[in-house]
Amino acid sequence: MQNNMSYSQAFLTVLLRDLHVAVRHRSDIFNPLLFFVLVIILFPLAIGPEPQTLSRIASGIIWVAALLSSMLSLERLFKADHLDGSLEQMLLSPHPLTLLVLAKVFAHWLLTGVPLILIAPLLAVLLHLDDQSYQALLMTLALGTPILSLLGAIGAALTVGLPKGGVLLSLLILPLYIPVLIFSTSAIDAASMNLAYTGQLAIIGAMLITSLILAPFAIGASLRVSTN
Amino acid sequence: MQFHNLSDFFNMGGYAFYVWLSYGVTFISFGLLIALSRYKKQKTFQDINKKTLREQLLKSRRSDIK
Amino acid sequence: MWKWLHSYADPQRAYRLSSTLLPWFSYLAFAFIAIGTVWGLLFAPSDYQQGDSYRIIFIHVPAASMSMTAYIAMASASFIGMVWQIKSADWVAASIAPVGAVMTFIALITGAAWGKPMWGTWWVWDARLTSELVLLFLYLGVISLYASFEDKVLAARAAGILAIVGVVNIPIIKYSVEWWSSLHQPSTIKIIEESTMSSDMLYPLLINIVGFGLLLGAITLLRFRTEILARNSMRSWVRELAQIEGAK
Repeated sequence: MQNNMSYSQAFLTVLLRDLHVAVRHRSDIFNPLLFFVLVIILFPLAIGPEPQTLSRIASGIIWVAALLSSMLSLERLFKADHLDGSLEQMLLSPHPLTLLVLAKVFAHWLLTGVPLILIAPLLAVLLHLDDQSYQALLMTLALGTPILSLLGAIGAALTVGLPKGGVLLSLLILPLYIPVLIFSTSAIDAASMNLAYTGQLAIIGAMLITSLILAPFAIGASLRVSTN
Repeated sequence: MQFHNLSDFFNMGGYAFYVWLSYGVTFISFGLLIALSRYKKQKTFQDINKKTLREQLLKSRRSDIK
Repeated sequence: MWKWLHSYADPQRAYRLSSTLLPWFSYLAFAFIAIGTVWGLLFAPSDYQQGDSYRIIFIHVPAASMSMTAYIAMASASFIGMVWQIKSADWVAASIAPVGAVMTFIALITGAAWGKPMWGTWWVWDARLTSELVLLFLYLGVISLYASFEDKVLAARAAGILAIVGVVNIPIIKYSVEWWSSLHQPSTIKIIEESTMSSDMLYPLLINIVGFGLLLGAITLLRFRTEILARNSMRSWVRELAQIEGAK
């Protein structure tokens, strides 16, 4: 990288690079998404097809499936870069590590979070989600999935150097996801009862901003530990 | 003294199972943790000694060859 | 002002200090827990509502409060280790984690054993129980992250980052769980408030809280010494000590 690169250029370079890589390895985008769809399809088969039961638990199922599928894609977030050495290049580059890390997380969200947001309404139809809850579902997913990427990246950065990091990653990260899960599902529940859910959205938004500010530092510190 | 005799005490007003389960689990897990920590200390000492011995052995063999 | 503390960052001095402190902590912990438990089990009056089942409180509350104290202590130690690059602090954090996890486990088990006769069920998704369960998983995460690195200097740093991230999250998790349980459970079951406790019940409880704290300290010191030895196994003073102690 050139020294005279501006911050926005560096951010864009990393972002576009990650998107290019992902387009070449399409299975990295599609497998977590397929996993998400399959998990959701399994629930009606396991619980039974009654629309009332399904619409009661739809928000929970969609969110739990979202957590699990984000877990699946996170493992590869830094792995390839760590193996081919580009992660070390990133650490050595003159640009702030937090910025580059943020670009990578943003790319991860674009590749896994956004497809999830797009496909969730279709799956909600299968689960008979109440008509008035769709907006809440989309808004919680839009605000919540970036948090999943940000927090998950901390775990991914901590476990990137470990040979069997995948199982450990879920142990580290899932407890941290609990607040997002609670507020998102309760917002959708509130919407299904025609209640206001702006409060929950505001809290998720606050969590997003907090993690947006703090998580890059934790990710950066973790990467420095892992690549030592 | 709240209890009149020993069997009264062990009976715990009918809640014997729950009370003694809690106390049992607590003191057994503390005991296990302490035993494990002590064992680990002893093991560390032995490991260090083994390492010292191995290094001394290596050193003496090297000087033999010379 | 704090300069005198820095000398204890030296492993040998830290080892000596913890060796002098360890017996004090152990004997005092034993004494406090023995007094508190005997008092609680034998002499404290029965609760007029819960009968004798409430006697679980004398270990449940101390374990629960120490589980949180231990986490805060662990995160502070990690923070000190990270900011001032003091390795001893990292070792302290690594030594606290298993003790804290056991405290959390005890708090959960005793809570369940108390809940069964009182609420009629081993487990309710109550705010305190749920956040305690999450705390256990945070501990297990720190412990297994520390265990999975070969290089323990890196392991301590990685586990330290996780502990600090966890400590930022604990208030959020606690708040969210409380809010969640009040939403899903309008009639939250109340555990007896401490302020309404009679002093006959309060004193053994307080004694046991102090005792559990001392025990937390004692086991941490014991593990801390092992940690110092294992991390400094190349030093001559450790080797000499091992010669004497290992022969026993």
